[in-house]
Amino acid sequence: MAEVMAEFLQLAFSGLTVGAVYALVALGFTLIYNASDVINFAQGDFVMIGGMGTVFLTAAGIALPLAALIAIIGTVIVGLLLHRFAIQPARGASPVALIMITIGASIFIKGVAQVVFDKQFHSLPAFSGDTPIAIGGATILPQSLWVVGGALVLVVALYMFLEHTLLGKAVLATAANRLAARLVGINVTIVLALAFGVSAAIGAVAGVLVTPITLTRYDLGTLFALKGFAAAMVGGMGNPMGAVVGGLLIGLMEAFGAGYISSTYKDAVAFIAILVVLFFMPRGLFGGRSVERV
Amino acid sequence: MLATILRARFTPLLALAVLMAVIPLVAPSAFYLRVAALVWIFALAALGLTILMGYAGQVSLGHAGFLGLGAYGVAIGPAHLGLSPVLSLFLSAAAAGLIAYVVGRPILRLRGYYLAIATLGFGMILALVFNSETAITGGPDGMQVARLTVFGWRISGTQNWYWVAAGALLIGAWIALNLVASPTGRALRALHDSEVAASAVGVDVSRKKLAAFVIGAVYAAFAGGLLAAMNGLITPEAAGFMHSIELVAMVIIGGMGSVIGAVVGAAFLVVLPQALTAFQDYEQALLGLLIMVFMILLPGGIVPTARKWLLERLS
Repeated sequence: MAEVMAEFLQLAFSGLTVGAVYALVALGFTLIYNASDVINFAQGDFVMIGGMGTVFLTAAGIALPLAALIAIIGTVIVGLLLHRFAIQPARGASPVALIMITIGASIFIKGVAQVVFDKQFHSLPAFSGDTPIAIGGATILPQSLWVVGGALVLVVALYMFLEHTLLGKAVLATAANRLAARLVGINVTIVLALAFGVSAAIGAVAGVLVTPITLTRYDLGTLFALKGFAAAMVGGMGNPMGAVVGGLLIGLMEAFGAGYISSTYKDAVAFIAILVVLFFMPRGLFGGRSVERV
Repeated sequence: MLATILRARFTPLLALAVLMAVIPLVAPSAFYLRVAALVWIFALAALGLTILMGYAGQVSLGHAGFLGLGAYGVAIGPAHLGLSPVLSLFLSAAAAGLIAYVVGRPILRLRGYYLAIATLGFGMILALVFNSETAITGGPDGMQVARLTVFGWRISGTQNWYWVAAGALLIGAWIALNLVASPTGRALRALHDSEVAASAVGVDVSRKKLAAFVIGAVYAAFAGGLLAAMNGLITPEAAGFMHSIELVAMVIIGGMGSVIGAVVGAAFLVVLPQALTAFQDYEQALLGLLIMVFMILLPGGIVPTARKWLLERLS
């Protein structure tokens, strides 16, 4: 019995760790989606740039915290460039066109990353050692606590920013109604750029935190994007709370699926979840009702 | 006069046939013929997708999954079931159509982003199955494909494959052009502009969308089967996400809803990597850049934009 419990806990820990990363990717998606109606497929590549950037900067002899900071700033710049040169010129394009633009951006970033960095897997040393902590017969890596704790801090910080600062409220206003926001004097262009910048920062932080556990490579972004996307959709597109819950759910389902059923189809879990949710609850767990305007 | 020719229904078919006849005369080596055959095969897949995207206005980001179904069908039929390769080709195209019919019913209720992600998820699951069911599909290494035999004639050699691929594309284009001019084609265009308006005048919207999805799947599966048989080898990447994106890029770059556009788009994405082998490291970056640039600067695609420009000039 104790063994069964320990196995369950072990799977739950690993599910929550990965789920926290999916939650952060989903949160980045949600932020951009709310502000601009764009689904940003390059969101996963922000995670990759954060991780790879830190790896290469530490390899160049820069201390880890500073390297991480520079990598995050670099990712934010990539996010702002993406908005300025790919999204802004395509204003008013159809959803499919916007999807293809961000997919193009994602492929472009991967293409540049394999030239600037390389095509190998890289890792970072764990922030506070590799000694596992025993809890209830299961063990958890200190780095997992960093990931989950970091995700928690980011979620709270984002909430405070959106609810309690003027700029945050401008983002919410833009998300609610772009024209009305413009009419009350909000500079919508800056708000949209801000959404891309903050999303990039969230992705990069996730990348720095998770690289010691999952390793990183130039093309890792696609899977993160797809799963973060599944998370956002399971939670209900555009709902930040839903994104976080969806991320944790996908992470847990993957871990339990791999542990109890088969690890071969671990990556299929997220996609099956998307299909099931879309068929039975097309607006996700926390999404509102949709009304079509004619 | 020229404007009338440009507007005529079967002009694209004629242009295509002339092009197909000329290429072998000017191709310097078998390598070029092979690339051309690849273009015809991918154009066939893009043609099916353009019926779905350009006419019905529905996107599929998992279309390579159907291509994979056709390809693996042609490989698995002879290897595990003892079927003839040609029979396998037709059976797997039919199977892909059936699967599209079953999956399409719930999926096509979704719209915009939701449809894009649902089709993407479906394609990813198929690619994972091809990758994981090693006993049947050979896993990540892929599997060998038996040669196609038609009435005792074993299709082999670049030149033969060139004509088989060209013939398949011509037939596919002819069917597509007829379809577009049929009541179903008109219904599809109507629902593309406004689903509500189309259903108000009596178009069975969900049935027509499903029809376009099934047609697109059959085209892709057929193309996949030909691709596998020509290469003699099939790997799971053929069904992967990147491949689905490339198919959509072919449709968009060439021009949605245009038969010649599908061919131009396929030519663009097939020839480009061959031309850039010297810059292999930059290939991915360039592909991404091209997709972005085309979507932003030329959202209509090459062929419709050029056609419009020509027609305006002539009138």
